[in-house]
Amino acid sequence: MSGRYLHVDPTICVGHRLCAEMLPELITLDDFGYPMISPDPVPRHLARLTRRTVGTCPALALILDGNPSRRARRDQLRPGASPG
Amino acid sequence: MSLVATAAPGELRVPRSGPWNQRLLAGPKLGGPEPLADHVRRLGGGITDWTGRAGAHQLVERVRRSGLRGRGGGGFPTADKLSAVRRHGPRSVVVVNGSETEPAAGKDDLLLRFRPHLVLDGLLVATRILGAQQAFLVAHSAPAMAAVEAALRERLDVSIPVEVVRGPANFVGGEESALIRWLEGGRAVPRYQPPRVVDRGWRGLPTLVQNVETLAHLGLVVRLGPEWFRGAGVADEPGTMLVTLSGAVEAPGVYEVPIGTPLPEVLYVAGAQPGAVALLVGGYFGSWLRAPEVQGLALSRSSLRPAGATPGAGVLHLLPQGTCGLRESGRILAWLAAQGARQCGPCAFGLPAMASALNEVASTGSEAALDQLERWGDQIEGRGACRHPDGAVNLARSAASAFPDELRRHRSGACSGHRQSALPLPPGPDQR
Ligand SMILES: Cc1cc2nc3c(=O)[nH]c(=O)nc-3n(C[C@H](O)[C@H](O)[C@H](O)COP(=O)(O)O)c2cc1C
Ligand code: SF4
Ligand code: SF4
Repeated sequence: MSGRYLHVDPTICVGHRLCAEMLPELITLDDFGYPMISPDPVPRHLARLTRRTVGTCPALALILDGNPSRRARRDQLRPGASPG
Repeated sequence: MSLVATAAPGELRVPRSGPWNQRLLAGPKLGGPEPLADHVRRLGGGITDWTGRAGAHQLVERVRRSGLRGRGGGGFPTADKLSAVRRHGPRSVVVVNGSETEPAAGKDDLLLRFRPHLVLDGLLVATRILGAQQAFLVAHSAPAMAAVEAALRERLDVSIPVEVVRGPANFVGGEESALIRWLEGGRAVPRYQPPRVVDRGWRGLPTLVQNVETLAHLGLVVRLGPEWFRGAGVADEPGTMLVTLSGAVEAPGVYEVPIGTPLPEVLYVAGAQPGAVALLVGGYFGSWLRAPEVQGLALSRSSLRPAGATPGAGVLHLLPQGTCGLRESGRILAWLAAQGARQCGPCAFGLPAMASALNEVASTGSEAALDQLERWGDQIEGRGACRHPDGAVNLARSAASAFPDELRRHRSGACSGHRQSALPLPPGPDQR
């Protein structure tokens, strides 16, 4: 499993914080109780736990896919930029 | 400190010769919508006379060679976006984004009201390239809608349905995914991407969302060619751009400026008032430039980048003498916080917290509040479904670093601001 990235859809995440408890290696909470997710690819040894966490989120807000996150690419982007 | 020399009263400031106002704003005075007959006579034929035999691929290549980038704020290469939608085949949709939800902006409304056929030319080119069967044109104001509807009735070359729609009033409603929801009959709030709107937009169809001004340039590129287009601007950012200038200038309004024009020249032409405090570039998502900085900078992404700024959608506001940049930023940030769609935690809770912190900084110069601003900015950036929070964070950061003298003064209980600026901040988060 190469280059998988974890994301959260912030429009449906309700801040249960469950994910941060299950996967503190990749998910920490901001000062407002919402998850901040590591922009790095999911390391091999966490792949199983990450998949389980994705399945556990009560809001189904977590996404695992092959695209690096916007936060990881933010230096190249400006507000209003089209993702084209 | 004066940003620029003031022009003598009565002096004609907007050169009608030379590079200014020579493309989109060329032609007759801006009195009403230019009729189709005049447009066609002035530009040497209808747009189909120019697209004529060219295939879609050739047209895209013409656009690519022109170097045209989006004028809606992001500066994305237009040819790349066209290609991204075209990949999916002809079942696609074109949306002309004239929602112009930023209160200090006025360029798209001006184009639709006075040069509707330039925009319709571009729309026609885009639908030709894509083979799109449906288009929407979103206008900000009733006069713009009327001008466009009348212009559409004049044209015989637009064969697909073009629905003219009044845009949403909320600030984030101008964002492309929000606009698509609006066109589907929903609330104008952004959605999480991917899927990108170029892949799945209006009713799931691949959708090209293009700013009004971008399309006006696109029509001219097809008529006059990429070499002509590159005859203004700078190498990596060719062409002209419309700027909406307001604040401490004698002649506020919309100007067409070649990209790369020195900012002091832009301010001179508009008649900057002496003693102006700072220049806001890029609108409410933008950055503050102080007087000494402005002197060395030009209106282009590459010139502004080292100063941490970008032209965005061309909104410039010159802060008048006697106003406090920190307070003004606090007002804007509070407004932006209220304009969020309240869907995403970091935006819904983070921005109001940052706005309070900035207002605290603005009233006391508190170090603790400054630290909070920095911390929350880092936490929030990139974590909304759309870039609204990123833009707001950019403004907050810029405010915190651009006004060190004011900060010092506020710490000793003084403030240089004894009046409010005229930055328009319409009341209430209106979701219509
Ligand atoms: C919060 C927000 C508000 C926006 N408002 C507008 C707008 O009013 N008009 C506009 O053309 N683009 C707006 N945009 C940018 C659009 O999402 C989109 O990138 C643009 O219309 C694409 O056109 P262009 O490539 O021709 O610039 C906004 C983006 C964001 C994040
Ligand atoms: S478990 Fe799901 S809803 Fe809860 S904070 Fe994590 S992502 Fe958000
Ligand atoms: S980031 Fe803010 S404005 Fe954008 S979708 Fe989320 S809540 Fe709405």
